[in-house]
Amino acid sequence: MDDTKRYERLLNRYRDGDISRRTFLTALGAAGVVAGVTGGPMGMLARKAHAATPEQVRFDGWGGVVSEAFEKYAFAPYTQKTGIKVVSGTFGGADEYIARVKAGQPGEFNLAHLSGVFDYARYHGLELTSELNEANIPNLQNVIPSLIEPLRKITGGTISAVPYDYGTTGIAYNRKYISDDEAKAKGAKLMVDEAYKGKIGGWGEWKTRIWYGALQSDQDPNNIKDIDAVWDMIRSHRDLALKYWSSGAELMSLLAEEEIYVTEGWSGRIKALQDQGHDIGYLDPAGGLGWQECLFVLRGSPMAACEELLNFMLEPEVAIAVAEGQSYPPALDPQKVELGKVIPTLPAFDPKGTLASLSFFDPAYWNENEADWSKTFSRVQRGY
Amino acid sequence: MAADIAGTRRAPWILLSPSLATVGLLLIIPMLFIVVYSFWLRTATGADQVGFYLDNWIEVLGDRFYRDILFQTFAIAFYTTVICALVGYIPAYFVANTPMKSKAFLLLMLMLPFWISYIIRTMSWINILGTSGALNTVMLSLGIINEPIQMLYNQTTVVLGLVHYLLPFMILNVYVSLDGIDKNLTEAAQSLGCTGFQAFREVTLPLSLPGLAAGSLLCFVLAAGTYITPIVLGGPRDAMFANLVFEAIVTQLNWPLGSALSLVLLALLGALVVIYTRYLGIDQIAKSFK
Repeated sequence: MDDTKRYERLLNRYRDGDISRRTFLTALGAAGVVAGVTGGPMGMLARKAHAATPEQVRFDGWGGVVSEAFEKYAFAPYTQKTGIKVVSGTFGGADEYIARVKAGQPGEFNLAHLSGVFDYARYHGLELTSELNEANIPNLQNVIPSLIEPLRKITGGTISAVPYDYGTTGIAYNRKYISDDEAKAKGAKLMVDEAYKGKIGGWGEWKTRIWYGALQSDQDPNNIKDIDAVWDMIRSHRDLALKYWSSGAELMSLLAEEEIYVTEGWSGRIKALQDQGHDIGYLDPAGGLGWQECLFVLRGSPMAACEELLNFMLEPEVAIAVAEGQSYPPALDPQKVELGKVIPTLPAFDPKGTLASLSFFDPAYWNENEADWSKTFSRVQRGY
Repeated sequence: MAADIAGTRRAPWILLSPSLATVGLLLIIPMLFIVVYSFWLRTATGADQVGFYLDNWIEVLGDRFYRDILFQTFAIAFYTTVICALVGYIPAYFVANTPMKSKAFLLLMLMLPFWISYIIRTMSWINILGTSGALNTVMLSLGIINEPIQMLYNQTTVVLGLVHYLLPFMILNVYVSLDGIDKNLTEAAQSLGCTGFQAFREVTLPLSLPGLAAGSLLCFVLAAGTYITPIVLGGPRDAMFANLVFEAIVTQLNWPLGSALSLVLLALLGALVVIYTRYLGIDQIAKSFK
C-alpha cells in the first residue's frame, strides 16, 4: 500500500469516527517516522516518485500558536503524504514580510499566511501574484464565497491565494476596571477616554489606527471625508496611550499583566487570553474591523506542490483543527461544512457564512492612500 | 632588477588582497547600492522607480521632522553616554586595581552579558519594572507603595535599556586605559604631597581620559544607531532615527527614502568618528578588543 492510500484509509477512519483526532495525528506522525527510518526499496521508490516534485516548499506565517497549529495539524501530515518538506518561517508583520520578499529572488518564498485583501492588493501591485489552478484545489468549493470574491476582483478573475480564516480587530478590555455596559456604550471611543489615561494601548499599525480614528470621529473608515479629524483622534489616543504594541504576544502580555486596561485586539488572541482565565471582555463596535487571512502563493513557486498543500490545508478536518488551535474561525462555509462544536463559540464566527455584519478594508481605497497615510502616521505617532 | 622592484611593490597589495576583497564585497559595494537607491523613487504600488531623483534628499535634509528626531536621537545617545561614563568608571577602576587572579574573573563577569541576546536583556526590564514586575511587587509587599507605579514605556526606560546594553563597552575601554597607567606615577604624586584623591584627579583621571573618550565614542555611536530598545521599552512617541529608517524600508516599503535616511545617520556618526580619530586616534578603541 503506498503512502497516499494509507493516508486516505486513515482519513476515512477518522471521518467515520473510528479514531479520535489525537490518534489520527499520532498515527500520521508514527507513519512518517517509520517511512523516514525504514527507507530501503520503498524509500528508493518514493524518492524516485518525488524526483519530479520539489523537495520542499517554504511557508511563512505569524509564529506563535498559529504556526504551531499549522505545523501540528497540516504540515506534518502533508509531508507524510507527499514527501515534500514544508520549511516554515515566521514574520512579525505583513510589512516586514513584503520587504523580505521584495529583497528575495523569485521562488525563494512560496506560501505565506497573509492578512486580508489589502495585502493581497499590495502584492499584486508589486507583480508578486501567481495564478492558481482551481481544478487542483477541489476543497476551494467549501470556502465562503464572499471571502474569495474580493481576491478575484483584484486579480482579474483568477486567484493567487485561498482564504483560510477570518477574525476581527475589536476592543479588548479588562472587566475588573471596565464593565461590559460601559464598553458597549462607549464603543470605539472607549480608547480615547481620559479616565483611562496611561492604561490604554493600541496596535502601532497605521491602518488600524486610522480605521479606529475614523470610528472615533464618527466617519466611515472606507470613505473618510475629514482626515484631519481622524489625525486629531489618533493624536488624542497617542497622548492617552501607554504603549503601541507590535505583536500578538505583546498584546497578550500587556493585557494579562494589567499594564493596560483597554486596547484594540485580535479576536483569536483575546480568546486565547480568556481561555487562560483572564477576565478580558471583547467587543466588536459598530463598524468594527473584520479581516480575512489567506494562504498566498507567490510568483515563481512550484504551483502543483503549493496547490496540493492548499487543498490539503482546506480539508475540513485540517482546517478545523488549525482553526481551533489558533482560535480564528476557518474560511469554510458553515452552510456546506459541519464545523463541529468549538468553532461556533469562537469570536467573530458567522453561522450564516455571509460575513455581512463585518466591515473590511476596501483595498482600492486604502491602497490609494497608503503612501500618504502611512508616512503621515509615522509623524503623528511622534508628536506631530 | 626592475622586476624585483615591481615584485616588491606588488607584494603588499597581494598580501592585502583578501582583506581588501572582503571589505569591498561586504562593505563598499553594499554601501554603493544604498547610495544608488537613495536617488530612486518609490512608486504608488511600492515598486521602485529607477533614475536619478533628488526628491528623497530634499525631503530628508529639508524636513524639520527628520531634524527633530535626529536631535532626539543624539540627545538620548548623549544621556546614555554620560551615564555610562559616570557609572562605568567606578567598576573599571575597581577591576584595574584588583589583584591579577581576581581580575580575570571580573573581566569574565563583565563579558557575561554578551552571551545573552540583546533583545532578551532589553525585555528583561519589563519583568523588573512592569506593574506586576519585581520592583513593584517588592515595594507593594513592603508597604512602600499602595498601588503599582508606572515605570515602563517612556524615554527614561529607553535610556536605562541602552545603559544596560552599552555599559560593558564603556567599562572595558576605561579599564584598558587605567590598566596601562604606570602605578609608580600615582605613588610619586603621593610621595610629593598629594592626597589619594588629588593623585587620582591630577594623574590617574587625565591619563585615563583616552579610554573614557573611546568608550564614549563607542557608546554614543551604538546608542544612536539602535532601534530595538525604543520599540521594546519606549512609549508611542519615543522613537530614534533608526526607527524611521526601519519604518521607511519595512512599513512604507520606501527603500529609496530609507536609504537616504540611513546615509544621513551614517554620515553624521562617521563624522564623529573622523573627528575623534583626528584628535585622539582610533588605536584606543582597538586596545579594548585586544
